Amino acid sequence: MADPMKIRATMAGDKVEVKVLMSHEMETGQRKDSKGAAIPAHFIQNVTATHNGKVVLSAEWGPAVSKNPFLSFKFAGGKPGDKVSITWTDNKGEKRTDEATVS
Amino acid sequence: MNNDRRKVLKSTGGMAVLGLAASAGLFKPGSAWAQGWNKDAFATKNMADTVKAMGGSGAAQSADIVIASPDIAENGAVVPFTISSRLPKTESIALLVEKNPNVLAASFNIPAGTEAGVTTRVKMGQTSNVSALVKADGKFYYTTKEVKVTMGGCGG
Repeated sequence: MADPMKIRATMAGDKVEVKVLMSHEMETGQRKDSKGAAIPAHFIQNVTATHNGKVVLSAEWGPAVSKNPFLSFKFAGGKPGDKVSITWTDNKGEKRTDEATVS
Repeated sequence: MNNDRRKVLKSTGGMAVLGLAASAGLFKPGSAWAQGWNKDAFATKNMADTVKAMGGSGAAQSADIVIASPDIAENGAVVPFTISSRLPKTESIALLVEKNPNVLAASFNIPAGTEAGVTTRVKMGQTSNVSALVKADGKFYYTTKEVKVTMGGCGG
């Protein structure tokens, strides 16, 4: 099981600024190990952010996104105390969901 | 030694089968796959093909898209990018690195109410042009800038 995401959701003016740091190796599938065998690709493909059940951002990622991916965005309509939930799914079907409270 | 080789063969064989099964559409769209992933777009080698794979016919250059990134990235494994669009009705923002093995790095869907701007970090194999591709009101727009990479981020 992957490590939890670090999520910060803070008010920036009238918008909520969300910053997410995920823990994932993001293996490209281009690299070879010490024996010359290709290391299979293992990366996050889908990311979805929801606020009170409504999707505020969804993303499709390729293996070019850096290891331990960082993502930041802003959305309107949130207030302190609201919950922001982030889910990612990788190419092996593993997934993880974490939640943060807007402050 | 022999044992190791068998393990490697076995695991890569398994991956190949899994890949085939996936591309043949044998997986039922369960919750994990529900959102979808544009496999064709992520396999493209240039922006024209990426636009096609996303359902467009071409992209126009726009001064209303801004790429904020370092001009020179010391470490190609982690290059930060902030892309913002002032185009009305921005629906999606994608980041393309021209000289990576596959150009499309990431694509973001922007629902109404969400600011048309995202920040993320991507890998760059070498100095390359980087493009932000924005879909706004059904049309595609882009802007391009060069980012120099001192040390590549895709090597072993």
